Amino acid sequence: MDDCSDALHELYQYLDGELTEERRAIISTHLNACGECFEAFDFQAELRQVVAYKCRDEVPEALKSRIAGLISGEA
Amino acid sequence: MADQATFADAAMPLMGSLYSAALRMTRNPADAEDLVQETYLKAYRGYGGFTEGTNLKAWLYRILTNTYINAYRAKQRRPDETELDEVEDLYLYRRLGGLEAAQISRSAEDELMDWFTDEEVKQAVEDLPEQFRMAVLLADVEGFSYKEIAEILDVPIGTVMSRLHRGRSRLQKALYDFARSRGLADETTDPDAPPRRQPERAR
Repeated sequence: MDDCSDALHELYQYLDGELTEERRAIISTHLNACGECFEAFDFQAELRQVVAYKCRDEVPEALKSRIAGLISGEA
Repeated sequence: MADQATFADAAMPLMGSLYSAALRMTRNPADAEDLVQETYLKAYRGYGGFTEGTNLKAWLYRILTNTYINAYRAKQRRPDETELDEVEDLYLYRRLGGLEAAQISRSAEDELMDWFTDEEVKQAVEDLPEQFRMAVLLADVEGFSYKEIAEILDVPIGTVMSRLHRGRSRLQKALYDFARSRGLADETTDPDAPPRRQPERAR
């Protein structure tokens, strides 16, 4: 297998921080040398940030106080 | 063993994360509120069983997930994972990456951030089949490790990885479909044009 398909195969594990130090270092070296793979990895990393950022919702104040009240009522 | 008196201080600040996850799971604000409330009550009552110093957020998510599964999942038919079409890897990048490289400056990180509205991203996540949705939420939104997700969902790590992989691919396809419907993926469209009207949320 060539380095690019190796790297892409482990893209998510790399971005998720789930690789061994050794595998991580091998892929990092490849990304430094391969612009195409770097672009693909960079895109996926950004996309993940977009998803995390845009899936945040404010808790309704009424829910917060209701739960706080229920908990102190149990105590 | 954790002292119940410390529960509110430790657990209340995590409510934003749990409520957001509950919304994505139930896809309904009223159900999400009920789910979060039930989770906090169960957690409070069971707090003696939580080992202080371990991951409270993961513990709360496990309660949230189990409560959701018991209360809500029975209502929905779950498609078998194997029934679902595969989506190729790097689906969005392969379609929009070229456009991005050619027409949009790669220097600013907020470019990709501006491609999709909050509502589109939420909708794309909520439209994922449940098992994929949970894995994507826990990993991409909450940043849990594979091991933590495996414990929260009570499945093997290999299953977590497979659901994540497939869920992320499907998410990208859904986002691409939004981009296409707005003309963003059409090469003749000016990427600097203001976004069109947001699609109605299916509710």
